[in-house]
Amino acid sequence: MSTTTDLTTRATGAPAGAAAPAKSRRRGEPSRAGAALTHTVLGLAALIAVFPVLWIFYISLGPDKTDYLHPGQIAGKASFANFSKVLGQTDFLTWFGNSLIVAGGTALFGVLIAASTGYAVSRMKFPGLRPLMWSLLATQMFPIAVLIVPMYYIMASLNLLDSYGGLILVYSTTTVPYCAWLLKGYFDTIPTEIDEAGRVDGLSPFGTFWRLILPLARPGLAVAAFYSFLTAWAEVPFASTFMLSSDKYTLAVGLTTFVSQYESQWNLMAATAVLIAIPVTALFYLVQKNLVTGLTAGAAKS
Amino acid sequence: MTALVKSLKRSYSTYWYAYAMAAPVVIVLGVLVAYPLGRGIYLTLTDANSLNVGHTVGVNHIPDTFKFVGLHNYTDVLFGPGSYDRFWSHFVWTVVWTVTCVVLHFSLGLGLALLLNQKMRGRTFYRLMLIVPWAVPSFVTVFSWRLMLADGGLVNNLLSFAHLPQPNWLEDPLAQKAAAILVNTWCGVPFMMVSLLGGLQAIPAELYEAAEMDGANAWQRFRNVTLPGLRSVSSTVVLLGVIWTFNQFTIIYLLFGKNNAPDVQILVTWAYQLGFGQLPRDYAQSATYGIILLSILIVFTAFYQRWLKRADQSAV
Repeated sequence: MSTTTDLTTRATGAPAGAAAPAKSRRRGEPSRAGAALTHTVLGLAALIAVFPVLWIFYISLGPDKTDYLHPGQIAGKASFANFSKVLGQTDFLTWFGNSLIVAGGTALFGVLIAASTGYAVSRMKFPGLRPLMWSLLATQMFPIAVLIVPMYYIMASLNLLDSYGGLILVYSTTTVPYCAWLLKGYFDTIPTEIDEAGRVDGLSPFGTFWRLILPLARPGLAVAAFYSFLTAWAEVPFASTFMLSSDKYTLAVGLTTFVSQYESQWNLMAATAVLIAIPVTALFYLVQKNLVTGLTAGAAKS
Repeated sequence: MTALVKSLKRSYSTYWYAYAMAAPVVIVLGVLVAYPLGRGIYLTLTDANSLNVGHTVGVNHIPDTFKFVGLHNYTDVLFGPGSYDRFWSHFVWTVVWTVTCVVLHFSLGLGLALLLNQKMRGRTFYRLMLIVPWAVPSFVTVFSWRLMLADGGLVNNLLSFAHLPQPNWLEDPLAQKAAAILVNTWCGVPFMMVSLLGGLQAIPAELYEAAEMDGANAWQRFRNVTLPGLRSVSSTVVLLGVIWTFNQFTIIYLLFGKNNAPDVQILVTWAYQLGFGQLPRDYAQSATYGIILLSILIVFTAFYQRWLKRADQSAV
C-alpha cells in the first residue's frame, strides 16, 4: 500500500522520467508552457473585454458625423469637439444631474431597507420567514410588462409621475430584493456572538443591528449600494415611461432620444456614451474588491 | 401558566422586532409589486388598451370603458389566429437565447475564473481588464457594439479584410440573433467570472493537497474538489443568470432599436412593444404576455430547486 502511494507520488512529481530529478512544482504554480498559454488566453480575453469600450472612445474623437464609417481617418483629426458640443449644446448636464439624484436616492433608500430586512431574515425566526425569502427571489422574475402599466396608474394616483421619488421607489422594487438577499448572506458570515454581546450590554435588537452589525457589514453595504446605483443608472424602460418631461430624462433615456433626434450623429452619441461611462466605471473600480467578497458571501449562504 | 405567558411575551417581542425590520421592504414590494401584479392580472381578463382606459385630458376625466373578457387574452395569445408568429416563435427564441447565453456565460466565466485563480504575475491587471464589460453601463457598451456591427462597421471591415462573409448583423434575422447572443455573452461573462472566482477562492487549499496526495490528476481534482466546492455559488448564479437573461430588456431593445427587428424580439421586449411601442397600446395583451412569462419562470425555478435538492441528496 505505502509502496503504491510512493510510486504514484514519484510518477506525478517527475512525469518525464528524466534521469536527473526534475525540480518539483508547488501546487498552483503552472509549468512554463502552461503559464505562457494562460497569459495568452487571459490576454486575448482581456483584449476582447476592453476593446468595445476603447472603440467607442476612439469613435468619440472623430468630429464628423460619418467618421464611424471611416475610422482610419479619425487618427489624423482627433479632437474633443464632440465633448464640447455635448456638454454645451445638449441637455446632457440636466440628464446627468437627474441620474445622480435618482441613482443616489435608490442606493441610499434601497440599502437601508434591504439591510434591515436582510438582518431580520438572517437572525430571526418568525412566521412568514420562508414566504418572505421566496418573494425576494420571485421579484427578480417579474417582467416589466406585467408591472409597468399598473405601476403607471399607481404612480399617477399618488402624483409620483415625472418625479424623482416615484422613480426611486420603482427602482427599489428591483434592487431591494436582490440586496436583501445579498446582505442576508453577508450577515450570515458575522458570528452570532456579536449579537449575544449586544444583548448582554442591554441593547435591543434595533440597537444591536445599528451599532454593532452595520459597522461590521460595511463592505457588504458598499456592494449593495453600488449594485443599486448601477441598476438605476443604466435602466431604460421605467425611466422612459415614468419621466414624462424632457428636463426629467435620465442619461439612459437621453441617449435613446439621440436615436431619433440625431439619427446620423453617432459622433455625439459616442461622446455622450463616454461621458456617461466614466464616473460609474471609476466608482465600480473603487468598490470592485468588496464586490467579489459580497457576492460570494451572498451567493454561498443562500 | 406563568412560564407560558412569559414565553408568549418573549415570542411576541421577538417577532415584533423582526416584523418591524422587514416591514419597509414588505410595504414597498406590497404597494409597487404585489398590488400592480394583481392589477396586471386583472387587466389580462379585460380588453384594456390606451383607447378605452380611463385618462385625464386637461380638466376632463374620461372613465374606463374596457370590458371583462375572461380568459380570452390567454387563449388568443396561445392558440388564436397567428399565435405562432405572435407568441410561439418568440417563446422558442427566448428559450434558445436563454439557454445559449447562460451556457456561454457559465463556461467562459468558469474557464476565466480557473485561469485567474492561479498564482501568476499580472493577475490583478487581468482581473481589472476582464470586468470592464460589467463596470461600464450596458447601454453604453451596447451602443458601442451597435456601431461595430453596423453596415460598414468595424466587424464587417475586419471580415472583409479576411475575405470572410459579412452578415448584415443588425438587419438579417439570423445574424441578428447571433449578434444578440454575442453581445449578451460579452456583457454577462464578467459577473459569472467574478462570482465563480470568489467561490474558487473560498475552497480550502487543504482539499487540493489531500487530493494530490492521493494521486489525483488535474481533471480528477477539478471534478471531485472544484465542482463540488463551487456548487452553492454556481447554483445561485446560474438561477439568477437564467432569470436575468430570460427577462433581458436592455440589450435587445437598444441593439436593434424600435419596430424594425420583430424576429429577434424575446418575450419581454415583445410584450413591452405591445404595451408601449405601438398605437393603440395594448395593455391587456402586454400584461397577458407578462403573466405568461412570470409563470414560465416560476415553474422553472420550482423544478430547478427540486432538482438541486435531489442532486444534493444523491451527492451525500
